[in-house]
Amino acid sequence: MIQGNEACAEGAVAAGLCFFAGYPITPSTEIAEVLSEKLPVLGRTFIQMEDEIASMAAIIGASIGGCKAMTATSGPGFSLMQENIGFACAAEIPCVVVNVQRMGPSTGQPTSPAQGDLMQARWGTHGDHPIIVLYPSSVKEAFNLTVKAFNFSEKYRTPVILLMDEVVAHMREKVDIPAPDKLEIFERVKPTCQPEEYFPFGDAENGVPPLANFGEGYRFHITGLLHDKMGFPTLRADEILAWYERVFRKINSNLEDILLYEDVMIEDAEYAIIACGISARSARAAVRQARAAGKKLGMVKLLTITPFPDKHINEIASKVKNILVPELNFGQLILDVQRAAKGQCEVNGLNRVDGEIITPGQILERMGLKN
Amino acid sequence: MDTCADEREMPSVYHYLRQNKKFPTVWCPGCGIGIVLKAIIRAVADLGLDKDKVAMVSGIGCSGRMAAYVDFNTLHTTHGRALSFATGLKLAKPEMKVIVVMGDGDAMAIGGNHFIHTAARNMDIAAIVINNLTYGLTRGQYSPTTPFGSVAATAPYGSIDQPFDICKTAEAAGATFVARSVVTYVLEAEKFIARAIDKKGFSVVEIMSNCHTYFGRSNQKATALQMMNWLKDITVPASAKAEEKAGKLERGIFVDKELPDYLEHYKEVVRKAQEMREKEIHHDHS
Ligand SMILES: Cc1ncc(C[n+]2csc(CCOP(=O)(O)OP(=O)(O)O)c2C)c(N)n1
Ligand code: SF4
Repeated sequence: MIQGNEACAEGAVAAGLCFFAGYPITPSTEIAEVLSEKLPVLGRTFIQMEDEIASMAAIIGASIGGCKAMTATSGPGFSLMQENIGFACAAEIPCVVVNVQRMGPSTGQPTSPAQGDLMQARWGTHGDHPIIVLYPSSVKEAFNLTVKAFNFSEKYRTPVILLMDEVVAHMREKVDIPAPDKLEIFERVKPTCQPEEYFPFGDAENGVPPLANFGEGYRFHITGLLHDKMGFPTLRADEILAWYERVFRKINSNLEDILLYEDVMIEDAEYAIIACGISARSARAAVRQARAAGKKLGMVKLLTITPFPDKHINEIASKVKNILVPELNFGQLILDVQRAAKGQCEVNGLNRVDGEIITPGQILERMGLKN
Repeated sequence: MDTCADEREMPSVYHYLRQNKKFPTVWCPGCGIGIVLKAIIRAVADLGLDKDKVAMVSGIGCSGRMAAYVDFNTLHTTHGRALSFATGLKLAKPEMKVIVVMGDGDAMAIGGNHFIHTAARNMDIAAIVINNLTYGLTRGQYSPTTPFGSVAATAPYGSIDQPFDICKTAEAAGATFVARSVVTYVLEAEKFIARAIDKKGFSVVEIMSNCHTYFGRSNQKATALQMMNWLKDITVPASAKAEEKAGKLERGIFVDKELPDYLEHYKEVVRKAQEMREKEIHHDHS
C-alpha cells in the first residue's frame, strides 16, 4: 500500500527521472521527500532550490543537459513556475511538472481537495502555446500517468503537467509496480546528422525535431524569444508562423496517442458523466448504482484533460439525453465539455467547493436518477 | 579568417564567434558589453577550452543577448533566472564549464535570491555580471546598482535607493572567487574572467560597463567615452592607498579561496545513500 505522492515518485524513477528540483509545499512535499532518499541511491540528482521559480529553471537546465527532469508543487508554487513553464513551451524542452492541487486562490486551504487549477494548467503561462495535462484518479494511475508524462514530454518535446487531487496524493492503495522491462519507456530522439546540418527547431515528420544534449558536439542556441529553426531570435513573420504551426501540429496531429480516457458503460448510455480525478471515482460508483437500478448511465473518465477529446465527447453528446460534469470548482472542465458537445444535449455541472468530495448520491440526485 | 591583419589575436576571437549568426550585434555603438564579450572569449581561448564543453547561460537584458553570438552551447533564459537554469545544467553535465552572463538587474534585482543561494551552495559556475548601473534593455530605469541621486527613466528626480555592492554581496553569500574590473581595463577583466572560469566553485566577476545611451545620457555622460572615463574616475585599484580609495569603488580580486563545491558534497551524499542501501540489503538477507 503506497500513497499517491509516493506512487508518483516511483513512477518518475521508473520512467528514468535523473534530476529533481523542488521547494517544499503541502500537499506535494512527500514527492520531494521520497525522491531525496531514492535518487542519491541511484546516483541521480535531487536538489532543493530556494523557490519554485528556481526549481522550474533548474529542471529545464538539467533537461537541456540530457536528464529526464521533474519538479512537484502545489498552487502557490505552481503560480510561481508559470513563466519558466512558458520557457519550456517556447524552447520545447521536455520536463514534468506535478501540481498537487490545494483549495482556493492564494494560500487557500493546503490540506483540502479541490480541482481549481484545470484552467491554470492549460493556460497558466502567458502567450498562445500547446501543452499536455494528465490527471490521475487513483494511486495506480498516479504511477502510470507519471510514466506517461515522461514519455509524452520526451516524445513531443514539451512540458507535461500532472495534476493531482489532494485526496489521491494522500490516499493509500495497492499498486503492483511493474518490472522495468514491462514498462514502455520513451527515450529522447537525438540528432544523428552532422552538427552543421542540425536544426534544433526545424521541422520533422511528426513536428518534433530531435534534441541534442548540451556538451555533446552540437553547439546550438536556445532562447525564450521566438526563434528560427536554428534557435536564433527572429522577427520574420514567416519564421514565427512556421514555429507556431509546428508546435501546435506536433500535439494536434498526435491526438490518438496523447488522448487518454476510459469509457465506462457508455455504449448504450442515455445519460453520461464526464469527470476526472477524484470526481471520476464518485462518478464510477454512481454509474454502478444507477445500472443496478436499471438506469442507463455511463461515463468517461478523462486521464488527459489537455488536449481535450472533443471528438469523442461530441459523439457522446449526440447520443445521450444529458451530460453531467461533477468537479470540485465552480465550473472549469464543463467549459471544454460544453464546447465539445456543441449544444447537442444538455450539459450540467455539479460543483462542490467546501473541501469535501462529491458523493455518488449527489451525482445521482443532480441527474434525477436517484430512486 | 586566416588573412586577418593581427595574426596573434584575431583568429582566436573569430574561432569562438558563431559564423552563422548575423552581425552587427543588437548593441548600441560603443556599448561596453562587446568589450566583455571579447574578454570572455579571450579568457576561454587562454584556457584552451574545447567549445563543445563550454556553456554560456545568460539572463534577459542587453547583456543577455551575448549568448547568441558565441559558438558555445548557449542558453538565453528568463530575466533573473540564468543561475538557476545553469545550476540544473551544471548538475546534469558536471564536465562542462558553465559561464553565466547577467546584467545588474538580472543578478541583484529579480535574480538576487538566486544569486545568493547559488553562491551559498558554491555551485561550480562562473558568473559574469555586467554592471552598467541601469536597466539597459528596458531603456534606463534605475537598477539596484544605480548610484544614489542619479537620474533614471523611473527616477526623474534622482534615485533614492541605496545601491548594492555586487562584490560584497557575493562575498557575504559565500562565493569562493570575487573580483571587480571595468571595461576600460580589458586585460585585467580578461584575467579575472579566466580565473573565474578555471576555478572550481562559485566565482563572481563584476565588470563595470557603460550604458551611455541611457544611464550616461541622463547623467551628463552621453558618449561612450565620457561614461568610460567617468567609470575610470570612480574606481581605484584595490592596492591603492586608503586616502585614494575614499568614496570610490575598488577594482581587484577580493576573494580567492578553496572550498569543496556543491558537486563534491553531493558525491558524498550519493556515497552515504548507497552505503546505507547496501547495509539494508545485507540486513534483509541475514
Ligand atoms: C519577469 C520579467 N520582468 C521584467 C522584464 C523586463 N526586463 C527585461 S530586461 C530588464 C532589465 C535589464 O537590466 P539588466 O539586467 O541590468 O541588463 P542590461 O539590459 O542592463 O544588460 C527588464 C526589467 C522581463 N523580461 N521579465
Ligand atoms: S542600451 Fe545601454 S546597455 Fe544596452 S546596448 Fe545600448 S549602451 Fe549597451
